[in-house]
Amino acid sequence: MDLGGINPVILIATLMASAVPILLAALGEAVVERAGVLNLGVEGMMIIGALGGFVVAVETGSPVLGFVGGAVAGAALSLIFALLTQVFLANQVATGLALTLFGLGVSSLGGQGYNGIKPPATGQLLPDALADLPVVGPILFGHDWVVYFSIAMTAVLWWVLKATRIGLIIRAVGESHEAAHALGYKVNRIRLMCIAFGGAMAGIGGAYVSLARVPQWVDGITAGAGWIALAIVVFASWKPWRVLIGAYLFGGITVLQLNLQVAGSGIPVEYLSMAPYLITILVLVIMSAGRRGKANGAPAALGQNFHASR
Amino acid sequence: MGASPHTPGIFVDRKWGVVVLRLEKRPTPSKFWLYATPPVAVILTMIAGGCLFAAMGKNPFEVIRTIFWDPVFGEFAFYLRGQLLVKAGPLILIAIGLALGFRAGIWNIGAEGQYIMGAIFGAAVGLAVFPTENRLIFPVMVVAGAFGGWLWAMIPAILKTKFNTNEILVSLMLVYVAETILAKASTGFLKNPEGMGFPGSRNFSSYPAAANPELIAGSGLHWGGVAALVTGVLAYILLTRHQAGFQIRLAGQAPRAARFHGVSPARLVVMCMGISGALAGMAGLFEVTGPAGQISIDFNTGYGFTAIIVAFLGRLNPLGIVLAGFLMALTYVGGEMASTNLGLPDAAIQVFQGMLLFFLLAVDVLTNYRFRLAVGAH
Repeated sequence: MDLGGINPVILIATLMASAVPILLAALGEAVVERAGVLNLGVEGMMIIGALGGFVVAVETGSPVLGFVGGAVAGAALSLIFALLTQVFLANQVATGLALTLFGLGVSSLGGQGYNGIKPPATGQLLPDALADLPVVGPILFGHDWVVYFSIAMTAVLWWVLKATRIGLIIRAVGESHEAAHALGYKVNRIRLMCIAFGGAMAGIGGAYVSLARVPQWVDGITAGAGWIALAIVVFASWKPWRVLIGAYLFGGITVLQLNLQVAGSGIPVEYLSMAPYLITILVLVIMSAGRRGKANGAPAALGQNFHASR
Repeated sequence: MGASPHTPGIFVDRKWGVVVLRLEKRPTPSKFWLYATPPVAVILTMIAGGCLFAAMGKNPFEVIRTIFWDPVFGEFAFYLRGQLLVKAGPLILIAIGLALGFRAGIWNIGAEGQYIMGAIFGAAVGLAVFPTENRLIFPVMVVAGAFGGWLWAMIPAILKTKFNTNEILVSLMLVYVAETILAKASTGFLKNPEGMGFPGSRNFSSYPAAANPELIAGSGLHWGGVAALVTGVLAYILLTRHQAGFQIRLAGQAPRAARFHGVSPARLVVMCMGISGALAGMAGLFEVTGPAGQISIDFNTGYGFTAIIVAFLGRLNPLGIVLAGFLMALTYVGGEMASTNLGLPDAAIQVFQGMLLFFLLAVDVLTNYRFRLAVGAH
């Protein structure tokens, strides 16, 4: 079945891969925000992860090490945010913006000399015999390991947040840091670990852009994916499976508009390429409309710093 | 962990024996650190930046001198001082608008988009009447530019007030939308019909009625710089002497008290976003008719984002922002010098500007808190 030259099976398979960066980054940010921290530096951490992953993969020749490098780079950058907001009690919005501006600068500086190099390929995980099956093959079995990793992380985080003690502590810290502190939890230490986790996830997401999606190093390679990840966390009401749905919807729109550009739909390219951003705004409006105040599922202590006076 | 309720809440309770370095809230914010923070942050950034430049194999002292000294006092200062004003104008204009919102807890971070839309709206008006010569054309273009920026800022403002949508994300998404519209404008509806197919609009320097030239030759002062300085004074008066300014400060410092005082949050959002959008739009118009000369795909150079740093560096105070704008302009002008003379990559300046904001935010802790060496409370 073809819809004007667009094959739905290929479309679904491609959107699953194209959603990976924002899915991973949004999952990480969901945990950070559940702990009550608003880190607007996702874009910066992603692009640092994209560069770190690319450099490590090119220098070592191993894409897996590349993703590890991306995670380390993202987490390292996020620790600056953690230091500023958890130790120096700086405003989270301002610090997050600073992280993005700084990350974009550092990546542009560090990426010089890596233009035009092809990174080692991240191949399909499962054998061709499975991937070549009609319809289910490309959708279920034709992906690289990071796609499966991103889905697995969704399940793991859902379970951790919902059913484990760690999840309960994270949520307690995010809902009422005063109460969590009174119970003896180290609020700022827990938040710091969540921030580092969020940084690592954003870093892996960024590395997937430079190692698998593009795959090469270009300045500003993440092109706002970090901001879209932030929007998807709101869309998802801070719930992991809804983050997956949001990321896939967004991935679908992106792939569809690219396909329409290629297929020559008669809609000007510029209008198609602004579609993902406009649809993100539309979705944000739908998700926030009619849910004023605390009822929209946002962690109660989101964006507030904690300082124990006693 | 030994979590007794007396444990200092700060994450690094560095223990030297029984002595703990702990953070203690000041009863009232420190006046000294309020003003001392920016200079201290600048010095720390110079040190950290110097280390960065040294790591890149440059002489850190030479680079710092090229960036911060030469544009003002060096050999080519007669030209570069003018360039300072050219860069500082839009930064100040945008940052003052942003600061009003930031003070009230309204985060417009899409100034870059409003700047682009202001430029497109204003330029479109001028190009529509080309080649009419009339003294009213330029003022009308300025108004159109302000309107374009205002309109673009009203989208997140209205969505915020009607649907409680996060203004940070919406205003930022609209930057990307504005960039695609700009691409469309420079290759499509505003393209120079006599441009032999090259992208970009007509150049305003060859259309006197719509141009924004230097007012005094060699000074770098154009109408944008005038507007920036006037806006700085007006905003200062607004914040310190006017009811609306009081409401902005109140809403930022004590939202509950502001509501009891009868401050409407919705009106405040529309007002702050509107002012910042209009100022960013005007800045875009001044830039496109003056230093940039024409609408082109990449005439915008990120002033909308750098202005965020300027707003914080100026302590969200209009007069402070004027000073901060010049300092940030110095990093642009000096950075270009360092790039041509010493081969310093442009991105290094971006890193430098980011570091400045980090240090500023870190040092700012001293305004509201003080570090105390205390005998361990365990």
